[in-house]
Amino acid sequence: MTYLQAITDGLREAMRADERVFVLGEDVGAFGGAFKATEGLYDEFGADRVQDFPIAESAIVGTAVGAAIAGLRPVAEVQFADFVACGFDQLVNVAGKMHWRTGLAVPMVLRLPSGGGFAGGPYHSQNPEAWFMHAPGLKVLAPSTPEDAKGMLMAAIADENPVCFLEHKHLYRRVKGAVPLGDHRTPFTARVAREGAELTIVAYGAMVHAALQAADAFEPGRVEVLDLRALVPLDEEAILASVRRTSKVLIVDEANETCAAGAQVAALVADRAFSDLDGPVRRVATPDAPVPFSPGLEQAVLPTPDRIAEAARELLAY
Amino acid sequence: MLTEEPRSTASSSPRGRAPHSPEHPPPPRPAPPAPPRLTAADRAALLRFMVEMRTFEERGVALYKQGRTPGSFYDGHGQEAISVGAAFALGPDDVICSPLIRDLGAHLVRGTDLAQIIRHHLGRDNALSRGREGNVHFGDVDRGVIGMVSMLPDMMVVAVGLAMAFRMRRERRVALTFFGDGATSPGAWHEAMNVAGLRREPVILLCENNGLAYSTPTERQFAVGPAERAKAYGMPGVVVDGNDVEAVFAATHAARERALAGDGPTLIEARTMRMHGHGSHDDARYVDPAVFAAWRERDPIATYEARLRAEGTDVDALRAGVLERLEAAVQAALAAPLPDPATATDGVFADGPGRTLGRGDAPWSGHAGPEAGR
Ligand SMILES: Cc1ncc(C[n+]2csc(CCOP(=O)(O)OP(=O)(O)O)c2C)c(N)n1
Repeated sequence: MTYLQAITDGLREAMRADERVFVLGEDVGAFGGAFKATEGLYDEFGADRVQDFPIAESAIVGTAVGAAIAGLRPVAEVQFADFVACGFDQLVNVAGKMHWRTGLAVPMVLRLPSGGGFAGGPYHSQNPEAWFMHAPGLKVLAPSTPEDAKGMLMAAIADENPVCFLEHKHLYRRVKGAVPLGDHRTPFTARVAREGAELTIVAYGAMVHAALQAADAFEPGRVEVLDLRALVPLDEEAILASVRRTSKVLIVDEANETCAAGAQVAALVADRAFSDLDGPVRRVATPDAPVPFSPGLEQAVLPTPDRIAEAARELLAY
Repeated sequence: MLTEEPRSTASSSPRGRAPHSPEHPPPPRPAPPAPPRLTAADRAALLRFMVEMRTFEERGVALYKQGRTPGSFYDGHGQEAISVGAAFALGPDDVICSPLIRDLGAHLVRGTDLAQIIRHHLGRDNALSRGREGNVHFGDVDRGVIGMVSMLPDMMVVAVGLAMAFRMRRERRVALTFFGDGATSPGAWHEAMNVAGLRREPVILLCENNGLAYSTPTERQFAVGPAERAKAYGMPGVVVDGNDVEAVFAATHAARERALAGDGPTLIEARTMRMHGHGSHDDARYVDPAVFAAWRERDPIATYEARLRAEGTDVDALRAGVLERLEAAVQAALAAPLPDPATATDGVFADGPGRTLGRGDAPWSGHAGPEAGR
């Protein structure tokens, strides 16, 4: 099934298994959501459990917090990840701090269709994961495959904490794969997407696929691709273990470069695996500019397989 | 699909109850019940909570000036009738989310331990905040009270979410939230009002309109007052005298009945005056002394005390009891240790189910009345 169908399947399974789980967001009801991620749920579960909300991101996030501390398990959809900025205060100051302040658990999930590559322009292409990583108390996930999209979503719904679930729009219908039926949960740990001995490419979300394509440019067995899957908690041991094996690391981010998730990975490697390195820690990311609309311009900023392969070539030769 | 009516979600059918809109109003409700009757003991309790609030806060200002309180101190002198009167109308399962700067009375009515509150203010180890937050930033989850965050009025949205959960589970409980006139300007206020009115959530939205947001008078805050705006969001806006504890109690009681009947939220605008600056650091020179003088005549405690005294309540004994309890609590708090520094980063994430919201005191003697037989 597709990445998108896997998300719908995960939602459906979680809602069937636990009546505390409900969905809220803009146009998620009978319409099935802007990307059709909630398609069919309204017919099966009704208006109580699939709630159309007004265009009010503070209210979507904040009422989800209220419902969560009252014992329900809301899964809120932010129509495009970019719009989470409108509800950001609720996320950072209310959701993220609630457990530390009060001991109340906040078992909620915020689904965030994110990323570029489809001429969405500067307001529909962002990758806001680093915003959340910097705010204590939020878990941050970014699956790259249909199996993980379902497994991590179901694990996120079962988690007792507020989870920012970044699902990549570019993958929705482009990526297909086998997905286990029924209850399926994936741990929040990294995964070796391809094994290699000479260089580790660290990526997550859509960039895993770009990194795999880039790795195809080299002989099999040279380039390892590590799919982070979770940014908070960050699987530090898996990153360090891979880098220690290969001794070189290239970190790919679709987000703007400064303080991106990859910067945290780079700092980790520099701090804890410096003596295992045979080359500089390199990064490929989107420059610190908004994502432009026109296809040529968009491709000029987003990391492409070519750009990743070029950086990999330089590092391998270092 | 695009022309479909918004669906309400409160119903026993999975598809929600019949849609409602101005063209399809819900059936008329029976006339509201008569205002609740307060016994002499209820009245004494209302006075006692107000006196307790002011006495405690006067002592708090003194502790702050002695340098014993880290940070700052904020109090609600002049506004005691609001949080006391409103919280007194709640049932034990109702939730307050959240009391603000001038709402100590709500904590006292819900039964939160005074010594713990003082330990919190002093930054000592305590069950309410564990020293992680200070001054007015505390709640008591065990008693169904969730503390505020600074961003006004963020917790109003959360209160709407709590009410939504109560309605979805068909529980007989409401959420009460407080906010000032200044807090009616940010977007979160409008989002909370819109969603609460649209979905008819069982939430009581209590505005403490003291005419000032820090130093900014309401004339420079909004063109249309909160109670008037309430109608535009599909709920009644009720104006009450915020210096009359029984008026606040009655308005909150009526709002609660309305919410429990499935008729949705009520905004109560309690008109009052903040009798000093925003906090201990603010000398309020922006207020005309004549305005303070006029409001002092209407002090919520002095006027109620005079009335109860005339009705035969032993006010002196009541005050002596308050002082005695306060003194014992202060001494107990001063003897408490500071929190263990090693705990500062504990509990950022939950690793299992969190605490659950407990039941608060519901000291109103008549509470069993309207509840009984339902
Ligand atoms: C979103 C936000 N902006 C600014 C502040 C700083 N601030 C704290 S209290 C306050 C005034 C609030 O006015 P009001 O709610 O009317 O309460 P009052 O002080 O008059 O009792 C301000 C501006 C804040 N807490 N939140």
